[in-house]
Amino acid sequence: MDIVKLSLTDVRDKIAAKKLSSVEVTKAIFDRIKETADLNTLITVTEQSALEKAAEVDGKIARGEKIGALAGVPIIVKDNISTSGIRTTCASRFLSNYVPPFDATVIKKLKAADAVIVGKANMDEFAMGSSNENSAFGPVRNAVDPTRVPGGSSGGSASSVAAFQAFGALGSDTGGSIRQPASFCGVVGLKPTYSAVSRFGLVAFASSLDQIGPITRCVRDNAELLNVIAGHDEMDSTSAFVKEDYTDYKTGVKGKTIGIAKEFFDREFSAEVKNAVLAAAKLYEKAGAVLKEISISSFDAALATYYIIACAEASSNLARFDGVKYGLRADADDYIDIYYKSRTAYFGAEVKRRIMIGNYVLSSGYYDAYYLKASKVRTKIKAEFDAALKECDFILGPTSPTTAFKLGGDFTDPSEAYTADIFTVPVNIAGNPAISIPCGADKSGLPIGLQLIGRSFGERELFGAAETLEKELG
Amino acid sequence: MTADYEITIGLEIHCELKTKSKIFCSCPNTFGGEPNTHCCPVCSGFPGVLPVLNKTAVEYTVKAGLALGCDISRYSKWDRKNYFYPDLPKAWQTSQYDLPLCRGGGVAFKGADGEDKFVRLNRIHLEEDAGKLIHEGGVTRVDYNRCGVPLMEIVTEPDLHSPEDAVAFLTELKNILKYTGVSDVKMQEGSLRCDVNLSVARKGGPLGTRTETKNLNSFRSVLRSCKYEAERQIELLESGGEVVQETRRWDDAAGEGSGMRGKENAHDYRYFPEPDLMPVVMSDEDIERIRATIPALKQQRIDKYTAEYNLSDYDAALITADVAIADLFDGTVAEGANPKKAANFIMGDVMRLAKEPGSEDVNIKITPAQLSAMLSLVEQGVVSLVAVQKEIFPKVWGTDADPAAVVDKLGLRQSNDTAEIEAAVKEIMAANEKVVNDYRSGNTKVVSFFVGQVMKATKGKANPKVVNEVLSRLLKG
Amino acid sequence: MKIDRKEVLHIAELSRLTFTEEELDAMGEQMGSVLEKFRRLDEVDVSDVPPTAHILPFVNVLREDKAAEPMPREELLKNAPESDGSAYIVPKVLE
Repeated sequence: MDIVKLSLTDVRDKIAAKKLSSVEVTKAIFDRIKETADLNTLITVTEQSALEKAAEVDGKIARGEKIGALAGVPIIVKDNISTSGIRTTCASRFLSNYVPPFDATVIKKLKAADAVIVGKANMDEFAMGSSNENSAFGPVRNAVDPTRVPGGSSGGSASSVAAFQAFGALGSDTGGSIRQPASFCGVVGLKPTYSAVSRFGLVAFASSLDQIGPITRCVRDNAELLNVIAGHDEMDSTSAFVKEDYTDYKTGVKGKTIGIAKEFFDREFSAEVKNAVLAAAKLYEKAGAVLKEISISSFDAALATYYIIACAEASSNLARFDGVKYGLRADADDYIDIYYKSRTAYFGAEVKRRIMIGNYVLSSGYYDAYYLKASKVRTKIKAEFDAALKECDFILGPTSPTTAFKLGGDFTDPSEAYTADIFTVPVNIAGNPAISIPCGADKSGLPIGLQLIGRSFGERELFGAAETLEKELG
Repeated sequence: MTADYEITIGLEIHCELKTKSKIFCSCPNTFGGEPNTHCCPVCSGFPGVLPVLNKTAVEYTVKAGLALGCDISRYSKWDRKNYFYPDLPKAWQTSQYDLPLCRGGGVAFKGADGEDKFVRLNRIHLEEDAGKLIHEGGVTRVDYNRCGVPLMEIVTEPDLHSPEDAVAFLTELKNILKYTGVSDVKMQEGSLRCDVNLSVARKGGPLGTRTETKNLNSFRSVLRSCKYEAERQIELLESGGEVVQETRRWDDAAGEGSGMRGKENAHDYRYFPEPDLMPVVMSDEDIERIRATIPALKQQRIDKYTAEYNLSDYDAALITADVAIADLFDGTVAEGANPKKAANFIMGDVMRLAKEPGSEDVNIKITPAQLSAMLSLVEQGVVSLVAVQKEIFPKVWGTDADPAAVVDKLGLRQSNDTAEIEAAVKEIMAANEKVVNDYRSGNTKVVSFFVGQVMKATKGKANPKVVNEVLSRLLKG
Repeated sequence: MKIDRKEVLHIAELSRLTFTEEELDAMGEQMGSVLEKFRRLDEVDVSDVPPTAHILPFVNVLREDKAAEPMPREELLKNAPESDGSAYIVPKVLE
């Protein structure tokens, strides 16, 4: 038995049943992390504290004490989620020495569930990017093919799960940052409904779009991990008063209506991806679902809407990095120069670009044409999703227009790079949940991801439908 | 030449609310303290933190708005005002841009010229205060204790036309705010501050260009800076110059204003809706519930004091000049004290201790129960009024002591024992036959000599009423 | 479409960022290309559509006014690039 390849659910049950000890499992995980260190998935490895926690959990089990829902299970956390006493860098030089004095709510929940945190995952700096090449700690390699990118921004989380470095990982998704890397790495990634998971302690990129979610190797594991991190948090004013048992879902799509949005498919993108996704749709039909063509007419405006809102919010959220309170400070004789020099020296190129775009669209004279207009289009896109999801239970489409591309690909025009997010961003704009699940491979053997979009707080239905495909595909 | 110009003034008043905790986190909202000891990651702007709005801060703003006659918004929201400064750790101030909690309203007041005047309010919104910069030893130390203290901004229309009226208006506004109880309005502690927008124009001509002088923290500096700025602008125009729209600061020690550096002057705040906070919706029921918490304001109390308690207009005005005084008076009367006696004691003895010289603030350090107990001791003849004024009151002030216990501790309880007093009087008469004869031959003034002697003999404890009664009986022979 | 240099410099000031001459050129170029894509929005009719202030339907998310223990100062200042143990320190701010 290769311990690291067990599912999260299996390993959890085996630890609880004393068939495996958490220390044994955690050691196996660290062996695996060392073997696969070339992937550069982790910025910080927390071996000592992890082994201590594992021993503590084993002790609890030995004494017959009550244990949490993830007792003894090694988990990786994206490095933009605050961990008390553990460096949290957001993959930025700016925060390369920052150690938060508090835990994010999801970390408190993981700890309360007795999970073992083994490391902090590499990512695109401040979650800005789709390739994980925008990291001050170097690019992450895709566990499926190390010459390729893992996607981004949660590239470290997705690749680490694919590489069996943990049984599950937390990512964050602002415009596809969980789903696209999950798709590139052949794993399952969920962006929960906006407000389902507390954002307290998640270093904000775009507050109205950000959401923390689980990345796992199968649907069941995803539900188990979501169940631990979701729920109301009084520290987050945007947190919903919803607590469901997300593990209580029914596999199957019999009688369900699956919407196929023509705007998703009537465009140029990888034929292999298109075909694999449409073939999966046929499998759903075979499994008893009704396919229905639908339309999200503002779909084409979603990318612009997304980038305007995301950059605007980011320009404000990232203004607090000024060299005064935490992080690095550049030498200067004047406080204003501290701002200029620190921000210029320690932010990466993509982060600067988005701050500039954000300040542009908010600045006097341009606000109405860009930010205000985007806010209105957002209303419209959300309304169209709501209407579509009245007609059908899910909307099906590709997660990404391509499979994982080669590392070092040169996008001189950032607006080209941004189109990688075309299928994922509309969901963040609307706030709905969406899951990316593997639905095949291209001729190079690279995974293809299928995206299912659900109704707000329809995560259980998404899990049920996603697991159906998982079973159909074997 | 000043007479040829009309001055136009509008004010932005910042008032810190007296909540227990800060606006977006549960750090204590208390004045002072060692730097950064009233702070947490939320108010210090750490990465990843989120705000949660203080319900009382919203209600206090609405309460102030209702007291000032504003319309309360049924829907209001929060916005980010983005700018960099070391006292603002998030690099934005959470404020309200287009949908503030209150709109309209106004304040009636007596102008410096004795005329009745009215200033319209434009709006009142709620925001967060910034931290404090301490410049010393060639560096600036940054203290976030005040960061996140709820701050209400009251914006007037440009309805004021003299520096003196600006102060008269502020005095009345401060009074009303203090009556509502939502703020301490202590200018010395910075819980009330003011920005002045001022322009001048030739009488009958179009409005001039205005300047904004920031952060004035006393009525005196409002008055002086307004005079200074009006004169500066008039001189500039007279000499053929032009007023530049700018932000200015006031140096109170030097008695002069100056323009801020261009870099900090060029603001583009890039307001946008705060995604981390939900809107506030007020129902009619919410508004009425808050309205019911507004205590009687100044004029209502003056009316009551003159009509029900027969206080003079002058006394009623004195007692209501500060809500802390009026509250003490009401409380003391509610405890059963005679209104007139309570009023006299408060206006004389209490005011003397409560108002430090040169201060605009009143500090009451006695409870209505204590004051009422003291007056009742006098009423019952347990102790003399003089003893209360000279001995007991100063010992009760600032403590939670029971006045009766202080009387006993100091041994000041009056003697009403007629036999004891008679004995003392007889002894004194025997020793002062000459004075007794003076009295009996018509020089009744000498009675005061005997009173003094009796008090001395009884160590001041004899009830003066009883002493007088005994003396007049025995001296007549 | 390229954003002109003056505009780029103004936005850089709002962003508290500095750029070299070449970077300014490239930034003007890149911002221009992104903003051009944003013009896509012009094709969407949003007359009578209100802006989204928030995508959630919640209102009045308020906390009771209760004070709690603040965080120990040394915890807060631990990450400060410069402090004297009681306050963050920056070079003298001229008022």
